[in-house]
Amino acid sequence: MIHFDNVTKVYANQNRPALDHVSVDVDKGEFVFLVGPSGSGKSTFLRLVLKEERPNSGAIHVAGKDLARLTNFKVPHLRRRIGCVFQDFRLLPNKNVYENVAFALEVIGKPRRFIRKVVPEVVELVGLEGKAHRMPDELSGGEQQRVAMARAFVNRPMILLADEPTGNIDPATSIGIMKVLDRINRTGTTVVMATHDAAIVDSMRKRVVELEDGKIVRDQSRGVYGQAY
Amino acid sequence: MRANFIFSEVWIGLRRNLTMTIAVVITVAVSMALLGVGLMINSQVGLMSNYWNDKVEISVFLCKKGSAMPACNGKAITPAQIKALEDHIKKTPGVKGVLYENSADAYKNFKESFSNNQALVDVTRVEDLPESFRISLQDPDNYKPVLDAMKGQPGVADVTDQRQLIAPFFSLLNTLAFAALSVAIVLVLAAALLIGNTVRLSAFNRRRETGIMRLVGASNLYIQLPFVMEGVIAGLLGGVFAAVILILAKVFLFDEVVRFFGTGLGWNDLAQTITLTMVIGVVICILASFVTLRRYLRV
Repeated sequence: MIHFDNVTKVYANQNRPALDHVSVDVDKGEFVFLVGPSGSGKSTFLRLVLKEERPNSGAIHVAGKDLARLTNFKVPHLRRRIGCVFQDFRLLPNKNVYENVAFALEVIGKPRRFIRKVVPEVVELVGLEGKAHRMPDELSGGEQQRVAMARAFVNRPMILLADEPTGNIDPATSIGIMKVLDRINRTGTTVVMATHDAAIVDSMRKRVVELEDGKIVRDQSRGVYGQAY
Repeated sequence: MRANFIFSEVWIGLRRNLTMTIAVVITVAVSMALLGVGLMINSQVGLMSNYWNDKVEISVFLCKKGSAMPACNGKAITPAQIKALEDHIKKTPGVKGVLYENSADAYKNFKESFSNNQALVDVTRVEDLPESFRISLQDPDNYKPVLDAMKGQPGVADVTDQRQLIAPFFSLLNTLAFAALSVAIVLVLAAALLIGNTVRLSAFNRRRETGIMRLVGASNLYIQLPFVMEGVIAGLLGGVFAAVILILAKVFLFDEVVRFFGTGLGWNDLAQTITLTMVIGVVICILASFVTLRRYLRV
């Protein structure tokens, strides 16, 4: 599903590579934690998957597509198959829960009938039934992140990328978020989650890929966060 | 669905940037109106010079007894001189035809021309008006040689060319058209920059939305179209105001000109001008929007 082959990324004006000859394979339906300290290359990894950045060398395949050969024109179609969740939720403050989720479908031109059918299902899946007409500022952080997950998942992506989704949320609420991610993963969606949260990684017992200074230092199935932390 | 979504986004964008939108509309309206007026003056000048070219003639006034013109020495032209002069005119290259106008005919024309000034007609006697030869030209633009050939002939009191009378008016019109077009070009530039700024503000205001659109895989067209449409709508509104100004200009300016100079622009010409200015206005808005979007909206 995601295939990195000897990928190196050096940002302009920086000597040290953000990713240094990284090779990794993520299969369909896998749940992968991407761990490592800040600046270790986790976010760069996710940005490369979305083709927001281009690698300096190496090949990236996502959902069977060679990103180097994907024209700019086709990039939006790639992104429709990838859902994204962020630490800062990125909801539209002037739209309610339903509208925030529906927005993701509206802007890719889905028919209204389809939107009316699918959005309530997803809102329920993330555990926000009955709150569809709340505005984001009326919701807790955990609930806002659920809205973001609903929006990321509403188009049934093949891959869900989560960049520290629990970074702004207290540990108790994080468990609920992880349950939703797990539920999404069980539908067959590949989930890649970058995180600092050792407790969550340890409790989930999923594959762990650890990055340090842009290099993979550990790739372990059913792993834990690591002794150093 | 799609159209609905785009239009609601456009509406939100226009409302958020209301002052900038108004500035764009005004600038586009004024620049397009000036452009239109310039074009209309241009075609008015074209029409009038065609019209006048058919009518322009050289008048050779003949000496009368007691004429004040120095060329006459107070003596009237003799019939032999008239005959010689007519032959000379006919032999001059560039002359298309010649008509002899006696004092009675001249008085009749005079009465017609000044029918609104009865006092002047009343004090003028038939004998006051000189006899003349009216020369029509093969090429009205090339009147000078004929004019020179007539001057100084015996018995000729004065030679006038109507062209000399209307030439200053034509050059005034040409200057006006040039001025209107130059100001229009400067304003078009200002309009383009304003639109660029509006789109930039709009892109900044909606960076959250566009960020999410990019993320969920909205196509470039879908992301950019609301911004471009904002420009187009502002341009169209400006065009409508420009059209109103042009219609007023036709009714109150050009139709007056018609009354004095016999020919003028019809509604057809006006419709063409309005269409042209609208198209130019909208195209400029689209271009300005796209250029700005490429810089400020990473897709």
